[in-house]
Parts: sequence; structure tokens; C-alpha cells
Amino acid sequence: MNKTIFVATAAAAGLVAIGAQAQTLNQVQERGTLNCGVTTGVPGFAEPDANGVWQGFDVAVCRAVAAAVLGDPEAVEFVPTTGKTRFTALASGEIDMLARNTTWTFSRDTDLKFDFVGVNYYDGQGFMVPADLGVSSATELDGATVCIQTGTTTELNLADFFRVNGMSYEPVPIETGAEAVQQYLAGACDVYTTDRSALAAQRAGFENPDDSVILPEVVSKEPLGPLVRHGDSEWADIVRWTLNAMITAEELGVTQDNVEDMAASPGDNPEINRLLGTEGELGAMIGLDADWAKNAIAAVGNYGEVFDTNIGESTAIGLARGLNAQYTDGGLIYSPPFR
Amino acid sequence: MSDAHAHSVAFVRDTEIPAAPPPTRETGAVKWMRENLFSSVANTVMTIIGVLIAWYLLSGLIPWIVNGTWQGDDIRECREILGDSGGACFAVIRERWPQLLYGFQYPDELRWRPTVAFFLLFVAVPPALFAMFLPRWTLALTALYPFVAYWLIWGGSVLSPVFVAMGIAAGYVVFTRVERRGFVPGLLAAVATAVAVWWLGGFVVEAASGVLALEPVESRAMGGFMLNLILGVVCVSLSLPIGIALALGRQSRLPVVKGFCVVFIEFIRGVPLITLLFVANVVLSYFLPPESNFDLIVRVIIMITAFSSAYIAEVIRGGLAALPKGQYEAADSLGLDYPQAMRLIILPQALKISIPGIVNVAVGLFKDTTLVSVISMFDLVGLIRGPILSSTDWVGVYWELWAAACILFFVVCYGISQYSQWLERQLRTDHR
Repeated sequence: MNKTIFVATAAAAGLVAIGAQAQTLNQVQERGTLNCGVTTGVPGFAEPDANGVWQGFDVAVCRAVAAAVLGDPEAVEFVPTTGKTRFTALASGEIDMLARNTTWTFSRDTDLKFDFVGVNYYDGQGFMVPADLGVSSATELDGATVCIQTGTTTELNLADFFRVNGMSYEPVPIETGAEAVQQYLAGACDVYTTDRSALAAQRAGFENPDDSVILPEVVSKEPLGPLVRHGDSEWADIVRWTLNAMITAEELGVTQDNVEDMAASPGDNPEINRLLGTEGELGAMIGLDADWAKNAIAAVGNYGEVFDTNIGESTAIGLARGLNAQYTDGGLIYSPPFR
Repeated sequence: MSDAHAHSVAFVRDTEIPAAPPPTRETGAVKWMRENLFSSVANTVMTIIGVLIAWYLLSGLIPWIVNGTWQGDDIRECREILGDSGGACFAVIRERWPQLLYGFQYPDELRWRPTVAFFLLFVAVPPALFAMFLPRWTLALTALYPFVAYWLIWGGSVLSPVFVAMGIAAGYVVFTRVERRGFVPGLLAAVATAVAVWWLGGFVVEAASGVLALEPVESRAMGGFMLNLILGVVCVSLSLPIGIALALGRQSRLPVVKGFCVVFIEFIRGVPLITLLFVANVVLSYFLPPESNFDLIVRVIIMITAFSSAYIAEVIRGGLAALPKGQYEAADSLGLDYPQAMRLIILPQALKISIPGIVNVAVGLFKDTTLVSVISMFDLVGLIRGPILSSTDWVGVYWELWAAACILFFVVCYGISQYSQWLERQLRTDHR
């Protein structure tokens, strides 16, 4: 028995690089669960609640894909990853997709051999400083000590920003967001820098949020989105279009509440009908059931609903839509047509 | 003369003066303080500084604890209740306590199983720790425990742990029979028997997987302090025998055995534990096919065990080196062969000398299990650092959670070190 396993292991290990990854969809369906990489915890984006159920903005993408592929939003195995382990987990096949506040960059897309399938949150790096420091612009930060999370793009952006502006700074490297906040509150650093969404989320947890201000400068582009491995375009298509389905649903006014009705009694908007599978063959083209997008929307809601329930202005995190509004409202959220 | 004397002086005391109480400054607390706290200028200054430091710490800590609240469902409610009292928000501990203990993925309704396993630990461990007071048969409980605990925590059919136990038992029986022909043939025969039983058992388990089955729980669901305890207990109990074997191997006269042990020990000791954990988590998954789910906990257990057994081997080597050469020669002159000499004469003394070192490694190892948080396993520390500190409800809480973690670890580590001191006193046979 042991020998067979060993031989199988060796043989399969040889195959991994060649072709075994080309059937992620089959593997997921055979396994019955989607292995989805998430963070170990970012408020609003991915966090297990008191009952141990994962909640959040990124988590919703995982659930939507599981609902589209398997028909069950609960059939997700969430694999928590740190900034250091996320890419190896995806590259080695331990997870099928990664939905983890990951910035889409050139080298990650090409050199690390991943496919970013879209952007579910347009973020940018910002600075938070104590209000009594009297700073109103990031260009006044010459000589500041800066708390910065290691292993992230923010570290590099910070260096770029200070170099471009001819300023110097003293970095205080830190592992997790929660530790950075403690250092910042304890006065170990003058400035805390990370993505503005995370800054807002952390600031919302302060005892006196008004004692800190987030400076107006946005020093980087941080398009965050889900990603998959190179080499399986069919699987990348499924994840990409599940995200697009959520975005299109908001644009077309399809919500978690009315999606069942709209699917049961097709109206005369052909794009809604194609999206919900009551018209055309879009599901079959990506190897899924006709009601794949309906399942995804019924499971988590459309993009706007997911935004509002997890990180929107009515939540403790209180992020405005801003860049993440639909293009019709002046934002960047835009899905190619379902046709 | 005496009479004359009695008349010539005015007063002669003929009873003893009742003992007067000593002056206040020479008794009780005052004397103790004078002698210990204010005996010199330097001491006085240090005492005052010490008192001020203690006062400073306690004046912060005591209101923090006393004014703390256990009410509230998130940090905002907590702060409302606390107002300006500066108390702690212990509500987070109340709400997340089960998560701190079991991790957030272990199914709620099954939490009784690890709890039972934990309390059975108190039945299973004393026979090994207090062997001198308890009848020998109780050791059977200790031997049974790993299988019962595995079955309770991971679930599944009772048959798989039963067959593993049967394989080991069969191997032991065969060993006792064959041992007369020598230690090595006995060992080989035992291993062969055990493997044969496991191989046969594999078929039976597959055929009857429903027998007395508890709902299975995946390794990935393990977390919280439970994960620390599992890793600590398993790795310590595995690394002790392996460490002994490595220490003896390092002294062996056979070059291959000696070479292997030296390379293993020196390599492992030259590498940080965290690198080994990264290898277990990240690098191994490149070599294994995506679907061969080589359990992450098993990978981590292997790495931590390898790490701590190398250290324990060095501790025991120190014990072996401390024995006078006469002991080895005495064993030889009695006509004992190598295994007998080791078992009956050398090891009992060497291990006794090594106890403090072994316990040191064990306590360090138990605390090192928190390093698994770096490879995104949610042990107690990982759980606090990740999901709890960054949940929308509790973002902003900090010290309360770490205080809880400190208390949990302190209780266990202090218990271990107290036990080892007691054991040293028990085993002390020299005269002091």
C-alpha cells in the first residue's frame, strides 16, 4: 500500500507541472468543495465571526464562485494564508483561487505566473497620522518614523514616494495590521501607512477615531482582485465571469431578493435573461449549468450589496463607494457585456 | 559570709525578672524590614525605587482589571459601558473563549470531544509521571490514551486507531518472543508484524468504515489552545524516545549509525525551527501532487519532533557523558549485552541527570508551538493575531487577549517545571 502511494506520488508530482492543473474545474467538482485562499483576517474583507463562519467582502467572491460551480455557497474550504504563504499556496495547487487583498502588479501577473481575473476593490495607499501632529499633507512628512507591514507592495510604494519627493523616513517594520495599530497608538511611529481601506477599518476601531486623520494623498494604485494560476484559462474564465456577473447584476438592478423572481419569470431585458440563464447558452460555454450566475447572486447578492453589507457606509468600517462605484456613477467598476 | 552579704546590701533579687518583650525595632515585621529592606543607604534607595515601580505598575493594572467589563457584544458597546473608567474589555474573552480554546473551525456541537480527551489526559498521564506510587497496570491507561484521544479529536471509525494499537501490541508480543535471539532480530520481526497487521487492518477499515464512527473532523479545523496542546503533548512524547535513540546512536561504534545520528542532530540544530515549518508548509506542497493531501498537522508534528528530538538527544548525551566509565565497565563485567546494559544500568542514571535539561527542552518546545501561527495555522497566538484582532467587532482590543494567552501558557509551563523539580527531589539518591 505504501509503495503504491509512493509511486503515485512520484508520478503525480511529475505530472503536476505538465497538465494536471488544466482541469481545476473537474477537480473542484470531483472534490465537492472549492479551496479558496483568504487572509488570516482583515476587518470587513475576510474575518471569521464568533460562530467561526467566514464573512467579508473577499469571502463573498469565494462563496459566489462556489455557488456558481457547485451550486452551494457553503461548499468552500477557506485556507487562511499570510502575506508570505499566499503565492506558494496558489502556485503549488493547495488552493484553487486566491481572494485576498492582493494587488494586481506586473510582476505578480507575469513573473509569478498568476492570472488576475479582475478587480473587486480599487484601493490606494494612504497615510494616517495623529491629529495633533498638525500635518495636513504627506509631503510634510520628511524625517518621520513610519509603521509599515513587511512583504507587501505598500513597503515599496512608501520607498518610492519618499524618494520621489526627496524626503527621508525611518521605517518600523511590522508583521500584521493589528500590531501596526498598537505601535501607532503607542507612539512608536508618527505615521501608519497601508491601503486606505485598511486604514479606515482600523481607525474605526480606535477609542477616539477623531484623534487620527487620514491624509488626502493617495500614493499608489492598489487594484485588489482575485487571482488564479497560469495554465488553466477555463478556470480563470469562470472566476472572472462570476465576478463580472456580480458587477453586472448591480448595474442591471438584479439583487439577492429579486433574482429568484427574475429567473422564474423572465422579463424582456435580454441581458438580464442571458445573465440568469433563461435565454442563450452562456452557462454551457464555460462548462457550468445555465443558472450559474443566478446561484452566485442568490448566494451573496450583487456587487453593491456585498459592498454595503461588509464594508459600506452603514457598517462599522464605513467606506464610501468612491472609485468602487459603478461606471455609471462615476466609479471604475465596469463589467464587459454578457453576450 | 552569705548572711553578712545579705545584710550588707540593700536588695537582693531572688526571682528572675519575667522576660520582657524585645524592643519593637527588633521583632516582627519591623525587624525584618530593617534587616532586609533598609539595612543600608543603597538598600533603602533601591527599596524605595522598587516600591515606586510596583506602585506605578499596580496603579495601572488594578483599575484596569477591577473596572473591566465582561458585558457587551463588540468593542463599541464595551467602550460605552466602560466610559472613562479605563477598565479592560474582557467581553472579547467571554465571547471568543470557545474559539481561543478550540479554534474557530472545530464544529460547536462536537467540542465535548476534545474536552473529554483533555480531561482523560489527567487519567492517562499520572501513571507515567507518578509511576512510583501507582500500580504498574495503570500504565496500560497511558498506552491506550493516544488512540482514544485520536479517535475523540479526529473522529472517524474506531477501527483505525484500534488496528494501529493492535499492530503495535502484536509487534511487542513478537518482540518479546524473538528477543532471546538478539535485540536487532527482535526489533525487525516486531516491525514486520506491525506493518502486516496495519496492512490487513487497512482492508478491514475500508470495508467497515461505519463501525462506532464519530463524525470526522479535518485537521484543518484544529485550532486554538487545543492545537498547542496537541502539538506539545504529541511532540514531547515522540521526541523523548527518538532523542534517546539518537543520543545512543551518536555514541555507537558502528560508523553508519553514528554518522547518520551526528549528521541528523547537527543539521537540525543548525537550522531554525521556523525554516523547518516553512518547509513543512510551503516547500513540501511543491513536491506532492495537488490532490495528495498530506495532512498539514502531521507535517508540522514531524518537523517539530525532529527539531526537539535533536535537542533532547544532546541533553541526554550530556547525561551519558556524566556517568563514570566504571558504570559501563561494571555492566560489561556482569555479562550484560548492550541493550541490557543500557536499559538496566546506563540509561536510568543518565536520564536522571538529564531531567532538568529535558524539561527545559519540553517547556521551550511547548511555547515554540506558537510558531505555527507564522504558517497560517490558527493556534492560540495565530487566532488572536489573525481572526480576532482583525474582526470588525473587536478591532482595537489588544492586551486583554494576550493576557488570556499568557495565563493559559503560564499555567501549563509552570505545572511542567514544578513537576520536574518534584521529580528531581524524588529521584535524589545521593547524600546532601
